[in-house]
Amino acid sequence: MSETHSVLAHQFDDLEQQFEASTLGMWAFLITEVLFFGGLFTGYAVYRSQYPLAFAEGSLHLDYRIGAINTAVLICSSLTMALAVRSAQLGRRRSLIGFLLLTMLLGSVFLGIKVFEYSHKYHEHLIPGINFVPPHEFIRFHVDPQQLYVFLSFYFAMTGMHALHMIIGVSVLAVLVVLAWRGRFSSEYYNPVEVAGLYWHFVDIVWIFLFPLLYLISRS
Amino acid sequence: MAHHVVPQKIYLLVFATLILLTLVTVDVAFYDLGLLNLYVALAIAVTKATIVILYFMHVKYSSRLVWVFVGSGFFWLAILLALTLSDFFTRGWSPLPSGWTSMIMP
Amino acid sequence: MDATPINAHSGTPGEPTPVNYLNVDYGLKSWLLTTDHKRIGILYLISITIFFALGGIFAALIRLELMTPEGDVVSSEMYNKLFTMHGVAMIFFFLIPSIPAVFGNFLIPMMIGARDVAFPRLNLMSWYIYSIGGVFTFAAMALGGVDTGWTFYAPYSSTYSNSNVALTAVGVFILGFSSILTGLNFIVTIHKMRAPGLTWFRLPLFVWAHYATSLIQILGTPVVAISIVLVALERLLKLGIFDPKLGGDPLLFQHLFWFYSHPAVYIMILPSMGVISEVIACFSRKRVFGYPFIAFSSLAIAVLGFLVWGHHMFTSGQSVYAGMIFSVLTMLVAIPSAVKVFNWTATLYKGSVSYQAPMLYALGFIGLFTIGGLTGLFLATLATDVHLHDTYFVVAHFHYIMVGGAIMGYMAAMHFWWPKMTGRLYPEGWAKFAALVIFVGFNLTFFPQFVLGYLGMPRRYHVYPPEFQVLNVMSTAGASILAVGYIIPFIYLLWSLKYGPLAGANPWQAKGLEWTTPSPPPPHNFERTPVVTEEAYAYASKPYPEEAEVV
Repeated sequence: MSETHSVLAHQFDDLEQQFEASTLGMWAFLITEVLFFGGLFTGYAVYRSQYPLAFAEGSLHLDYRIGAINTAVLICSSLTMALAVRSAQLGRRRSLIGFLLLTMLLGSVFLGIKVFEYSHKYHEHLIPGINFVPPHEFIRFHVDPQQLYVFLSFYFAMTGMHALHMIIGVSVLAVLVVLAWRGRFSSEYYNPVEVAGLYWHFVDIVWIFLFPLLYLISRS
Repeated sequence: MAHHVVPQKIYLLVFATLILLTLVTVDVAFYDLGLLNLYVALAIAVTKATIVILYFMHVKYSSRLVWVFVGSGFFWLAILLALTLSDFFTRGWSPLPSGWTSMIMP
Repeated sequence: MDATPINAHSGTPGEPTPVNYLNVDYGLKSWLLTTDHKRIGILYLISITIFFALGGIFAALIRLELMTPEGDVVSSEMYNKLFTMHGVAMIFFFLIPSIPAVFGNFLIPMMIGARDVAFPRLNLMSWYIYSIGGVFTFAAMALGGVDTGWTFYAPYSSTYSNSNVALTAVGVFILGFSSILTGLNFIVTIHKMRAPGLTWFRLPLFVWAHYATSLIQILGTPVVAISIVLVALERLLKLGIFDPKLGGDPLLFQHLFWFYSHPAVYIMILPSMGVISEVIACFSRKRVFGYPFIAFSSLAIAVLGFLVWGHHMFTSGQSVYAGMIFSVLTMLVAIPSAVKVFNWTATLYKGSVSYQAPMLYALGFIGLFTIGGLTGLFLATLATDVHLHDTYFVVAHFHYIMVGGAIMGYMAAMHFWWPKMTGRLYPEGWAKFAALVIFVGFNLTFFPQFVLGYLGMPRRYHVYPPEFQVLNVMSTAGASILAVGYIIPFIYLLWSLKYGPLAGANPWQAKGLEWTTPSPPPPHNFERTPVVTEEAYAYASKPYPEEAEVV
């Protein structure tokens, strides 16, 4: 009973109301995120429709195998996150901590691969604004380098913004691990795990769209 | 509190489906389907996203209010995309004044 | 209302003052670390007043410059910075947070019978985010200002401007999160925290209006946030997004920007409309006419407001076909707006109307908003817009909405709920006088600008042909009267804090849960959670005949 009181904030009548409010709040935030990335996707749609060949050419400069591996890594991390929430629901503290750490690990693997990809682009002189040099020869389509520049700008803006969200997600999970370690969660109260899970899956969904739109434009 | 605990089996099934669809979307990109490539890729992505939302994010087991929230997010995204593209896609429809054509770069 | 006697005697010696949110704790720390929605509302009130004053000073300098046709007071570069910073301060830092963050924060939990908002710490955090955004913008102003116009149009903002665009953009970006978090908090609060018996159709219309506002805040703000990020990336890292030189399309920026910034107009006006519904009903002593129509028209405005942004780009090279669609959709917004105006007018009909200060502002709102709204239709029409676009007609139009509408509503709210917030009454005579001065000053400032714009004077220039001088002098004279009109309430409201007579729980004999608790309210608003058994605005015991017609 005393435990219930310590986790129930004063403005709520009961834990159920608190749980519903926090999940609804997270959903409202995720709607915001949908439109935040929506702005980027809109820009992408506009330029892809204007410069279809440049986008196809630009996509060939990306390594789809790395993209696919990263997609798989993120899906794995979503599974472990879902299992972490499930452990929290069932009040299993040790498996909760285990799955949270595993999710963090997979998130870090994703980010590590991303760093590798970015550094590869750096060596190829394909980072807009930093060291972009128009490529001497094109892989398939002969396009205006300026249009290729736009594709690469969107590639870095979109994946960069996604990576930023991943970094935030990993940091949030780190906090959760500490809280779980201290035994703050129970099957009665696990709202932070639940809403962090929602956020993590959302970031996964963004990548689910980014992968085919950036890496797989024209492979045939 | 009686929150729905999703059986582990369902999570694993969802996971397998997502991995499978990832492989499909990679594979299908290597066939030349013209414009259809884009639509297939998007359809697979939407399917994957829906599965994640319904199962991993528990929307299938959530209140109608959450459904409305999720729906409205994507509805507003559709507004943003549709009305912005309505400009870019119809720009070519109206002929330019004859005097302008000489000013346009090739 | 039974609480009135308790508070009325609180000033007499011997009896202890009841604990309220102001005297429960003292010291700066108790304010800066508070999670009480009422105190956070006061924090916002202080911050936005600073920005209002700042924006007002910029406006005064603009009007001073425009008194003469020559550019003699400031240079053209300085003038560009003045109107930009006037816009940034007034729109982002005053109007958008004004009613929601001050009165929404203070009143929504009380109106729905809750102890606080759903996420009190998040609420405090959004004030801090606001302040951090404000510091960045202040810094940008102190370092020489920004000259792109509050619209940050690319590629000027992303490539060519030599002013502090990045710093201001960061400030506005940070501020956006404050707005998002406030909206998120209100939505969850209204969904999940209502008192027993308080169904959706018993909610005050103020709450409905804020629900609609919050929808826009969480759905629109992220889009302007990302477009500002992209401008900053293009400016700092030379990414190719908007600048044609880098392969981009500047119209994309305008699409993304106005997807938020047009609905943002409704963020400013909808809360005012909520205030007007409360005030009109109270001072007509009548149930508001057509409650469900006003409630749903708020939602309709919120939704339709997202479908019209292209009317800002009729002359910018946007496709003519898109222009036609946006033109028609824009006109649709007039319908829910008109529904509100008609319903307020019908509420007045056969009511026992009394003309206290809040009512004067509310009546001013109805008239001025109607003018602002109708001139909006001129601008929604494709052909007339070609003539009027970027002239002073547009300036006059949106000032009728934002000053004549939003700020009149803000002043109405200030005078209506000031006794609740502070427990003190302000001098009624001065308040009425100030309302009159503001009304006269406002019209004298902005009505001539309709004529100027129609005659062809473009906006955002610091010199103009001599034939426009008479109207410009009128406008400047009006602006100085308007300034006096805003200074008077500032003085007597501060005065009333110490010397004003005690207000009691319900000085207006108004309906609504916020009036059932003492003024100033206790820290947790209610002694025990209220149970609602009647509809909102139950001013008359028997229904009026008009009500039969609307249902």
